[in-house]
Amino acid sequence: MGRKLLIHNDKVPNIHTLDVYRAHGGYASVEKALKTMTPDQVTDEVKKSGLRGRGGAGFPTGMKWSFLAKPEGVPRYLVCNADESEPGTFKDRYLMEKIPHALIEGMITSSYALGAKTSYIYIRGEYFYVARILEAAIAEAYAAGWLGQNILGAGFSHDCYVQVGGGAYICGEETALLESLEGKRGNPRIKPPFPAVAGLWGCPTVVNNVETIAAVCPIVNMGGEEYAKIGVGKSTGTKLISASGHINKPGVYEIELGITVEDFIYNDEYCGGIRNGKKLKAVVAGGSSVPILPTDLILKTAKGEPRLMTYESLSDGGFQTGTMLGSGGFIVMDEDTSIVKNLFTFSRFYHHESCGQCSPCREGTGWIEKILKKFLNGTANESDVDLLWDIQSKIEGKTICPLGEAAAWPVAAAIRHFKDEFIEIARKKKFVDISHYNRLNKLVS
Amino acid sequence: MGSQIHGTQDFDKTKRAEIKFSDEAIQIVQKIISRYPEGKQKSALLPVLHVAQAEFGGWLSPETMDYVASVLKIKPIEVFEVASFYTMFNLKPVGKCVLEVCQTSSCWLNGAEDIVNYIEKKLDIRVGETSKDGMFTLKVAECLGSCGSAPMLQCGASYHENLTYEKVDAILENYKTEGKLRSYTDLDYKNTL
Repeated sequence: MGRKLLIHNDKVPNIHTLDVYRAHGGYASVEKALKTMTPDQVTDEVKKSGLRGRGGAGFPTGMKWSFLAKPEGVPRYLVCNADESEPGTFKDRYLMEKIPHALIEGMITSSYALGAKTSYIYIRGEYFYVARILEAAIAEAYAAGWLGQNILGAGFSHDCYVQVGGGAYICGEETALLESLEGKRGNPRIKPPFPAVAGLWGCPTVVNNVETIAAVCPIVNMGGEEYAKIGVGKSTGTKLISASGHINKPGVYEIELGITVEDFIYNDEYCGGIRNGKKLKAVVAGGSSVPILPTDLILKTAKGEPRLMTYESLSDGGFQTGTMLGSGGFIVMDEDTSIVKNLFTFSRFYHHESCGQCSPCREGTGWIEKILKKFLNGTANESDVDLLWDIQSKIEGKTICPLGEAAAWPVAAAIRHFKDEFIEIARKKKFVDISHYNRLNKLVS
Repeated sequence: MGSQIHGTQDFDKTKRAEIKFSDEAIQIVQKIISRYPEGKQKSALLPVLHVAQAEFGGWLSPETMDYVASVLKIKPIEVFEVASFYTMFNLKPVGKCVLEVCQTSSCWLNGAEDIVNYIEKKLDIRVGETSKDGMFTLKVAECLGSCGSAPMLQCGASYHENLTYEKVDAILENYKTEGKLRSYTDLDYKNTL
């Protein structure tokens, strides 16, 4: 059994209420930070912990915090990115729904470190009911004095609010999120200036993922050095993985970074193996944007070493033979899955979600979807594979925000590892979805 | 995205006068605005549009959007450019229950297409259409963060997960019996089947 720091209490009845959360050690990090530590000491612990952004990019959190500009007389903000929209990712929803106070506690402790008197939790609009749960928890926290004026008599005051979005993947990009929080379209801003200098309403702002902020609590409680002992190398601590697809036990799992991918897929403690006794075909390990890998490359690196659930091991071999840990959206596909059809669902997604600001993304994602549709209706030619490759290569690196890369990478990886499937469909002029019958069985059972 | 261009059709100043938030909604709106620093009330736009959509029949008419602009003291175009950007805002009338079936990877792997086909047949409508009785509008949605409990559909604030055909039957029957408008702001989100 691996160590759990974030959702270890998720099965405790009524853990979403303040009393039960508190009885299980909740808000200890606020007490410790406000009563015994300076803000800089909190930041130092986060630095020592090696915590990396859990939203997908994996940027060191302590470093991000240290970039925050602190001009006199200008308010600073902490904004929680709860816009979780990366296909395959649902860990933040689970955490907020089950243990809302874990996020609120993290917001207070982190805001103390950053000197933020106000913080916002920007949550995707579809999670409206989760926003209700958060708001109820925030009301409890105010009533008990964890939020508001002069918390614990330590002289630190803090207000925390929830803001719901309107349904747009792009608002998970931090500058698009800030635009949306200001009541505008979610068009990403050109960086620099980075939010740490000019963020919400032009003020210095830190934007962190839900899981990142929640992880600050155990880090403060146990100390950064102790936290860094969990994991392997620069992948420290625990990570929430959203497991879905053709597995026996889909759900959210908290793992110690460093377990093997094989263990995660086949161990009963986690995914419990492939459903219906089928064989594994491919895995998207970190949300839809990261390269898909076939069985041999996801279980072992090109060098033949076991692939680990760490930032470094998953990216071993670069994009030629590796992938990324990303947001931890782990999508497993069995032997009957059509990689082309799966890619189509991703590409349709990116076309739908492109904000339209940059031409390569706005036009390119549409072309990719159109060409993939040709494969599905049996009108594609072999040359369309090259055309797809060409288009994706002209999006990557040519857009304001990383949605361009996110749209290009899955296409490149699918062609890199499963080119035969594209060619076969193009030659036969026929697409057959063989996984269809298995699904029907499940739907009528 | 709606095809209706703001201000060019169906715009009726007399209708505009009839649009007004209920006292309860006004209180909610005031509370939302108070979350932001003075002068930054535009930030309240998305949450207030959700309130407006729930108040005024499940969609945002040009008149409703103009009203929201006047409440927040911003220009009407600022409301329209936002309302037309985000997928949760309906710029055309919809049925009382908008069924949004997730169709992205994990849901597709688990049969989302079959669910869509099943609902289409059952209600005798295609994606994007509203049933004749005005009860249901069928939509497809991109990843709703329910990949571990796929396939799924959202209706208002409720997530209906691990769908089967029988479950869809029960959900539709239930909504039909209730017969009321479902919106994202509903409080009874726990009726998930």
